[in-house]
Amino acid sequence: MSGTFLGMPVFGTGNLNATEPFPTAAHRELGNAQLRANLGHATHTIRDKRLKVVSELPDWEDLRNAGSAIKENVMARLPELLETFEANFTARGGIVHWARDAREANEIVTALIRATGETEVVKVKSMATQEIGLNEHLESQGIEAFETDLAELIVQLDRDKPSHILVPAIHKNRSQVRDIFLREMPGVDPALTNEPARLAEAARKHLRRKFLSAKVAVSGANFGLADTGTLAVVESEGNGRMCLTLPETLITVMGIEKLLPTFTDLEVFMQLLPRSSTGERMNPYTSLWTGVTPDDGPQNVHLVMLDNGRTAALADGMGRSALHCIRCSACMNVCPVYERTGGHAYGSTYPGPIGAILSPLLTGITSEENASLPYASSLCGACFDACPVKINIPEILVHLRGVDVDSRRRAVKVPSEMDLMMKGAQWAFSSGKHLGLLEKGLPLGRLAAGRDKLIKKLPGHLAGGWTQSRDIPAPPSQSFRHWWAANRETKEQA
Amino acid sequence: MSARDDILARIASALRDAPVAPAIPRDYRRATALTGEQRLAQLVDRLEDYKANVAVVPAAAAAVTVAQLLAGASSIVVPEGLPSSYLSALADLTDDGGAPAVLVDSPARRLTVAQLDAVDAVVTAAAVAVSETGTIILDGSPDQGRRIISLVPDRHVCLLTMDQVVEVLPEAIALLDPTRPQTWISGPSATSDIELERVEGVHGPRTLDVIVLS
Ligand code: SF4
Repeated sequence: MSGTFLGMPVFGTGNLNATEPFPTAAHRELGNAQLRANLGHATHTIRDKRLKVVSELPDWEDLRNAGSAIKENVMARLPELLETFEANFTARGGIVHWARDAREANEIVTALIRATGETEVVKVKSMATQEIGLNEHLESQGIEAFETDLAELIVQLDRDKPSHILVPAIHKNRSQVRDIFLREMPGVDPALTNEPARLAEAARKHLRRKFLSAKVAVSGANFGLADTGTLAVVESEGNGRMCLTLPETLITVMGIEKLLPTFTDLEVFMQLLPRSSTGERMNPYTSLWTGVTPDDGPQNVHLVMLDNGRTAALADGMGRSALHCIRCSACMNVCPVYERTGGHAYGSTYPGPIGAILSPLLTGITSEENASLPYASSLCGACFDACPVKINIPEILVHLRGVDVDSRRRAVKVPSEMDLMMKGAQWAFSSGKHLGLLEKGLPLGRLAAGRDKLIKKLPGHLAGGWTQSRDIPAPPSQSFRHWWAANRETKEQA
Repeated sequence: MSARDDILARIASALRDAPVAPAIPRDYRRATALTGEQRLAQLVDRLEDYKANVAVVPAAAAAVTVAQLLAGASSIVVPEGLPSSYLSALADLTDDGGAPAVLVDSPARRLTVAQLDAVDAVVTAAAVAVSETGTIILDGSPDQGRRIISLVPDRHVCLLTMDQVVEVLPEAIALLDPTRPQTWISGPSATSDIELERVEGVHGPRTLDVIVLS
């Protein structure tokens, strides 16, 4: 391989960049009391369910160890596994396309839809298509994409953005959902109540005709199994089955990191994912398909394998394990920062602790807004404990802070707009007990890194924790959770 | 350079530190520790937890149980490979308009989406079931049929035999043919998208009846 071009990493594009620095966005989102109440309820409920079903399995740690090793294996053998997957999927009648970035993926999908002559497609919830901004692109090309997952439908009808990768409408309560349906769903019963069962029924009616007449579906994939060329989609509502079964044409967009070496490896991941994600022993429906099955399901089956910055993340030896993520969202549900700010504050498609490392790895840390993401954490370590594939998120956060600081030092710049915003944010955060949390975890660290003089003004235990962990990824001397618990008690009594 | 070659070259460049592919420790449970009776009890418990209806009956009572469940249905669909013995008691139904019409989906005569949307229920067999997770797996064999027939009707009646019930997922994986289209079913369709309150019945069959033949 001596002839291989050893180029610079090529970063990803699309909905991966924050449109504003994390502190600014977090400050605005913290002002939304409804959001905070909904999020608090939701994250606590899922967290409790998760703990219950995880503690049922005597071999949970063995499954995590297997899952972590399998993913490390995938990264080390990625070229070989991609080629094996492609050969197997193709041998069974599927067609594989490769996309370097968001633009290329969008163009491939658009051309495939155009070739069918259709102007409407149904979609299963997919983070990859959200990352590349597929719906917006299709709209600009005169193709309408209907989201069919209930939460995605709510968000799409309200022209909003998902705030959680598992329950994208976690920031809306039942009455808000009813209002959106009454306003946006043609032919909806005006007497619709806010009972979740009635709302789900309204969604069923609304989408049923679409499913039964759809000619083209677009999906993501949870797993691609290299040794058999099989794709898997994990879901709850049956909208996935509808999209994967009824249309004539199926177009799947999958990141290149989603492979598992063998069909057998599914036995590990289908134990880890549902329990970590929804806190269920198993999700209601999982569909597996291998290319085309004659006489059963779509006969025109395509797969777009997406890079969009994944190879850049892979090139970072310390950060590469962020690509092990199976998008279960457990790290978000245990994160004290996420619980208060919600997913929107992270800007990118990928929020929470994993987003704080994955987004800058995909786009490059030099992107000004995403450079603030590795500071959106208190390094408390709860995410690492919860992660089913054992991604050491705190270690990668610290590593990325170091990368950011180094790139700033090299640039020798005067205080940037970013620094000034951070300063403003610091002031804003310093009032209010919820804001206090972020103040400790986030902007001070940023200032400490960027402007040496200010470090001395930091409270001792925080500055100590920060400077110790900046260059070497050692855990902070005092666990943030302990500090937070003690601190909250004092504040709430006050 | 094609996108494919370009991406593969980027990966090769990214991996120039030559990370080792670690051995995979498979210390998790890969075989059952339960008796058949215990597995059955576990399967029933888990399916009921998902709000599926479960009946455990002797094999000889399969037809009667199916007929009881489908009393009142005006039409049902079955895959052509479903044992006809499962349906033999339907003709005895006399209440509520009598025996339902039975539509058979076969390679020679494929039902349309509209026909499937009009039936009241589908009756299928299954490939394997996992008691620990309450999961039934269909693989498109002739007694289970095309994926569409177990999806569009609003009610799914699924028959299993005791010897198809394993305890842990790895046992089921070892029995499955990966290249067949598979549907793993753990209860009726459900959503928790509104305030995390679980609601059974969205787009897939809203009622799941499982009959285990002991
Ligand atoms: S980083 Fe781990 S815990 Fe977070 S979403 Fe990914 S797999 Fe789940």
